[in-house]
Amino acid sequence: METTEFTPLAGLLGGFLIGVAATGLLWLLGRVAGASGILYGALFGKGEERRWRFAFALGLPTGALLYKSLIGVIPTTIEAGPLTVAIAGLLVGFGTRLGHGCTSGHGVVGLASFSKRSALAVLVFMTTAAVTAYIKRHLL
Amino acid sequence: MRRELAAFGCGVLFGLGLTTSQMVNPAKVLNFLDFLGTWDPTLAFVLAGATGTMALLRPFILRRKRPLLDERFHLPQRKEIDRNLILGAAIFGVGWGLAGFCPAPPVAALVTLHPKVVIFLAGMVGGFWLYRRYEINRSGR
Repeated sequence: METTEFTPLAGLLGGFLIGVAATGLLWLLGRVAGASGILYGALFGKGEERRWRFAFALGLPTGALLYKSLIGVIPTTIEAGPLTVAIAGLLVGFGTRLGHGCTSGHGVVGLASFSKRSALAVLVFMTTAAVTAYIKRHLL
Repeated sequence: MRRELAAFGCGVLFGLGLTTSQMVNPAKVLNFLDFLGTWDPTLAFVLAGATGTMALLRPFILRRKRPLLDERFHLPQRKEIDRNLILGAAIFGVGWGLAGFCPAPPVAALVTLHPKVVIFLAGMVGGFWLYRRYEINRSGR
C-alpha cells in the first residue's frame, strides 16, 4: 500500500473551496450539493432538472483541469485491481442512491445543516468503509 | 442558461477543491480510512474545512426569501431515520473502502485519463441503473 504525506493546510484550503461551492449552489439555485444525486439526475433526469446537474458534473473535471494547468500533476494511485474497482463502483452507485446521499450530500451539506439523518449516515459509511479498508489491506 | 452557468461555476470550484485537497487520490482516502495502518488524517481536515465553511455561511443564505436564480429553496424533506438510509450508507461505505472513491472525485479524476477511473465510473453508473430499476419496480406496485 502507498503511504501519503499528511497535508493539513492543502486539506483545509481544498475543503474551504468545496464549502464555498456547496454554499454557492444553495445561494444561486437553492440546491443541495450532493454529488451522487446530481450525477444520478444528470444521467436519468429530464429537461431543466437534468441540465443544471449536467452543467455541475461538467464543472468537476473542468476544475481538475484548471488545477492541472495552474498548479501541476494530480496524483491518483488506485491500489485495487480492475474487478474490485468495478464492484466498488457498483456498490457506491447503488448504496448512495438507496441511502440518498454520499460524502458531499450527507457529509458536507448534511453535517453543516445539523441533520440527524446525515450524521447517522456519515457514521455508518465511515465505519463500514474503515472496516472494509482494514480487511482488504491487512487480512486478505 | 444563467442557471446552467451558475451550476457549472459551482462544479468548477468543487473540482478545484477536490484536487487541491488531493481527495481525487484514492490512496489518500484509503490512508484516512485505514487508521490502524498508514494513517493520513488529511480527509478530516477537508471535511472540517468544507463543513465549517458551509455551516457558517448557510444561515445567511437561508435568511433570504429565495435563491438568486430559483423561486424557492429545495431542501431535503426526509427527516425520519429508516432502513434504506442505514442500508444504503453501509453499502456505499463498503464500496468506498474497497477503492477509495466516492461519487464526485472520479468524475474530476477523468482528466488523469486513468483507465481504472473509467472502470469505476462505469460500475457506478451500473449501480445507479440498478437503483433506478429497483425504484421503478417498487413504485409500480
